[in-house]
Amino acid sequence: MRDSSSHVPPAISGRVAIAGVGEADRSQAAGKTALHLQVEAAVAAIRDAGIEKGEIDAVFAHTGDRFSSMLLAEYLGIQPRYTDTTNIGGPSSLSHVLHAAAAIHAGLCHTALIAYGSTQASDRSRGLGIPDDPRSPRGQFELPYGLLTPLGTYALAAQRHMHQYGTTLEQLAEVAVATRRWAQLNPQAARREPLTLADVMASPPIASPLRLLDCCLVTDGAAAVVVTTAQRARRLARPVVTVLGAAEGHTHHYFAPGVPDMTRTGAVETGARAFAMAGVRPGEIDVVQIYDAFTIAVIIALEDLGFCGRGEGGPFVARQRTAPGGDFPLNTSGGGLSYCHPGMFGTFLLLEAVRQLRGECGDRQVAGARLALCHGTGAVLSSQATLILGRD
Amino acid sequence: MEEGVRPLPRPTPETLPYWEGARAGRLRLQRCGQCAAWLFYPRSHCPHCLSDRLTWVDSAGEGVIYTYSVHYRAAHPAFKAALPYVVAVVELSEGVRLLANLPGARPEQVYIGAPVRVCFERLNDEITLPQFQLQSDGGE
Repeated sequence: MRDSSSHVPPAISGRVAIAGVGEADRSQAAGKTALHLQVEAAVAAIRDAGIEKGEIDAVFAHTGDRFSSMLLAEYLGIQPRYTDTTNIGGPSSLSHVLHAAAAIHAGLCHTALIAYGSTQASDRSRGLGIPDDPRSPRGQFELPYGLLTPLGTYALAAQRHMHQYGTTLEQLAEVAVATRRWAQLNPQAARREPLTLADVMASPPIASPLRLLDCCLVTDGAAAVVVTTAQRARRLARPVVTVLGAAEGHTHHYFAPGVPDMTRTGAVETGARAFAMAGVRPGEIDVVQIYDAFTIAVIIALEDLGFCGRGEGGPFVARQRTAPGGDFPLNTSGGGLSYCHPGMFGTFLLLEAVRQLRGECGDRQVAGARLALCHGTGAVLSSQATLILGRD
Repeated sequence: MEEGVRPLPRPTPETLPYWEGARAGRLRLQRCGQCAAWLFYPRSHCPHCLSDRLTWVDSAGEGVIYTYSVHYRAAHPAFKAALPYVVAVVELSEGVRLLANLPGARPEQVYIGAPVRVCFERLNDEITLPQFQLQSDGGE
């Protein structure tokens, strides 16, 4: 645990808590708009926190709509004095927690609602790879070559990782299988049927080396959290989960040829900053949630965050180390690979981390979890955010 | 966007020399007139020193494959007919990287480190796409 005698935490460390979490019921999502799902999730989070809606004075949201926070606030009848629609892809909600913590600590607001939702499955809006402006850098120098989707760029990274470090298809598959085993312990998970390494490696190839079951789901969904001062949270009913470390950054914007080393990401830097802020080391984390858009994303993040050495992510996840019963609980909800994936999974990382630290996870509970890490990469390996949460 | 038409680049003022060069069978790269860095993709200011004194230099047109992937599903209808197709990141001898489809190569011939040479694929009257060929396949 933290050595509080010698560590001087940066100002925001430990100052805010995630007081409420909620999500939309995906089994009832058919036909609903993304906004409706977000609102369901928001109301669930507010109720979970046990606060009055009137306490919310900051709204954070990110969706396809450019005015995400304004739209959500209007729908909920909230007129915030702090607003943020930062969209950096998958980890956006993690970024929002960092921003909320800074704003709350600065006294600009005291209770923030952070929400996300999408209906990409119902809309069939995933993977068409079309809408980029033809004058943009991607429009001129990527799309004409048929590099159209996130999967295409992750495949390039995976191929390089396998070449540089000897990572194998089987090691990629270990991530999918371990995550499915967590999903089997989660009644809310979308995919719970047994999955073997052979199943994953035999699934249809999409873009080498990635196969269908190396890829996250495409579902509808929405999730939300309420963030407030740790002081306020301690007067509420739920066990208190505070933000101990937080960091964000971006190294580029999609463009694959511009990345000097496609086997690593800016998570090296965000992880280091988050751990430094929290005053803890990777070995002290009890449960880890890493955005698993693709199996390779998990392997790269484990290396970048310092849970294993550079290039050792493949062997690290072998023999089901990250599965229930292994010594490294990872993506314990079933992740984007098996739980749900409405397009940007960051908010769901938060939900699971908080629930684990509160001890609410039933069959999939990691015993004695006191420290959790959430990490996501977005805009296809371009953006990063890392959070470290602790049970008060 | 029309179904069968692949996404086409639309040149902008700072990239126009690149596309005009490609139409003429030349791979032109930007080089910063202040710090001498080679730049790709072409832009208005050097991302290293922010100078706008950018010059155009013909690339030697040679490189190696840094990474690649074989696509078995087309995310856009225009690429269906090409399946399976290769997307490769080529590292030029000048140090910058760009994409290529390696026309003429069979997927099983492609490997990281393979030497490649520039060639050109005419898409229409306006746009010719720089491409790269495996040097081992006896291309001209």
